Amino acid sequence: MMASWLLVERNLLSYRRTPAVLLSAMFEPFIFLFGLGVGLGKLIEDVEWHGDAISYPAFVAPGLIAVAAMNGALFEMSFNFYFKLRESKTYDAVLATPLSLRNVVDGELSWAMLRGGLYSIVFLVALALFGLLASWWSVLIPFAALLVGLGFASLASWATTFVRGWQDFDLFFLATQPLFVLSTTFFALEVYPEWARPIVQATPLYHGVDLIRDLARGTLAWSSVGNVAYLCAMVAVGRALATRRSAQLLTT
Amino acid sequence: MAMAVEARSLTKRFGEFTAVDGIDLTVERGESFAMLGPNGAGKSSTMRMISTVSPATSGQLSVLGLDPATDGQAIRSRMGVVAQDDNLDDALTVRENIMIYGRYFGLSWAAARSKADELLQFAQLEDRSGAQVNSLSGGMKRRLAIARALVNDPDLVLLDEPTTGLDPQARHLLWERLYQLKERGVTLVLTTHYMDEAEQLSDRLVVMDQARIVAEGSPSSLIAEHVSKEVLEIRYPAEANVDLADLGLRTEELADRTLIYTDRGEDTLAVLVNSGRTPSSSLVRRASLEDVFLALTGRRLVE
Repeated sequence: MMASWLLVERNLLSYRRTPAVLLSAMFEPFIFLFGLGVGLGKLIEDVEWHGDAISYPAFVAPGLIAVAAMNGALFEMSFNFYFKLRESKTYDAVLATPLSLRNVVDGELSWAMLRGGLYSIVFLVALALFGLLASWWSVLIPFAALLVGLGFASLASWATTFVRGWQDFDLFFLATQPLFVLSTTFFALEVYPEWARPIVQATPLYHGVDLIRDLARGTLAWSSVGNVAYLCAMVAVGRALATRRSAQLLTT
Repeated sequence: MAMAVEARSLTKRFGEFTAVDGIDLTVERGESFAMLGPNGAGKSSTMRMISTVSPATSGQLSVLGLDPATDGQAIRSRMGVVAQDDNLDDALTVRENIMIYGRYFGLSWAAARSKADELLQFAQLEDRSGAQVNSLSGGMKRRLAIARALVNDPDLVLLDEPTTGLDPQARHLLWERLYQLKERGVTLVLTTHYMDEAEQLSDRLVVMDQARIVAEGSPSSLIAEHVSKEVLEIRYPAEANVDLADLGLRTEELADRTLIYTDRGEDTLAVLVNSGRTPSSSLVRRASLEDVFLALTGRRLVE
């Protein structure tokens, strides 16, 4: 565990000189909430959530926290992971030290999780400031966001081991864009026809959005346990696959 | 004390391709050992197995008395590795590269900082301490890679083609640093396709070709064993058809010149001149490892 943390130290050291990369992402929530609250939100009527009528910004904003956690983790485990894996050979250098391949994967996943988590905490603060949180359960949102970040980091790192060149990332984001738009971030599951709902419920971002929205609204249910279980499974499977694939690439 | 490296029938295959074909080698503590051979001879694959990141397909390997398959971490904690492509961390400064490496080896930040300063001095990079790695010259990068590999005071340092791509001045500076390490008793294992490097740096070497070891010994014993003391290099105009068989010496026809292996180059040249076979240019030089390689494989090291 401590050994894996050293990769996080390495990343902190490298980002110390380029804080703009991290800072830029922090403006995003404010821009979104402003646009939703002042603009779009005025055009859309209240929506129903677990029997309550809530404002559209109050509905969308928790979903955007999950999206922020996903994006932070994805960015880290796509471009950055690829660069260090294939181009700069950073991991080859790390593997010449006592650190193991497992340390490398766990360290990078932790970092991606923290980055996603950081984005979502900024979002959460913004939500609180805009008065969009309805429950004390909201204090658990950062943990939920970390889990979402770790889940996406795990799967993304596995996917990135198959990337052969920068152009392949078009495919990568072709897969993640629909998640952003369709995972009940902008409208509730009930909007979909009956047959489409299980498909949406099978996708990973849905579980992050649903969980964080329930925490923000205080509407936790058995489905929330399902959300957590799904995300934990995503972490376990993604991490195991990523470790195996990285070993095939780095220690042959 | 156990040998620094001991390999028996060590083999590495990638699918159908055999990169290392059952080699035996022994490196003693404190020794400077070179693997000389052309690209693709299996040197780097052997190095990767010794550095514990590449599992052997078959055969035995022991590094510092330990088994790379099970004690990789313990071996790596006492070893320094300088990879062929440097693999420095581009996102960090020169000094940070050494510091974070120190952290990977378990040093505290304070110890990593002081170690970095000491090693920057050793590598003559003190004035580039805060620079980004990308701004360094090839020679500086290689020196940084070596400095970084020394952060754990290793017993054994592996260097894969340490001076490939460097200009002569940078090479000599690097050799001098490596010689200092050797003086301190550090075991060095290096690969190279430059015979002068092997001659300068190694106490003992193996010549590798096509995944096998084709000769082994000290630079001088290999030369004594496989070639003559001196080599006479001569050139004739393209249309000339000169017969050298009567000299009774081994000769080697290269594309642009002919090599004659002889113990007294000047005398052999005189024989040629006196018999009306004066070459358009000639050179007498000491025999080198390059000649050994040529004699063993019929090919040159660096094409």
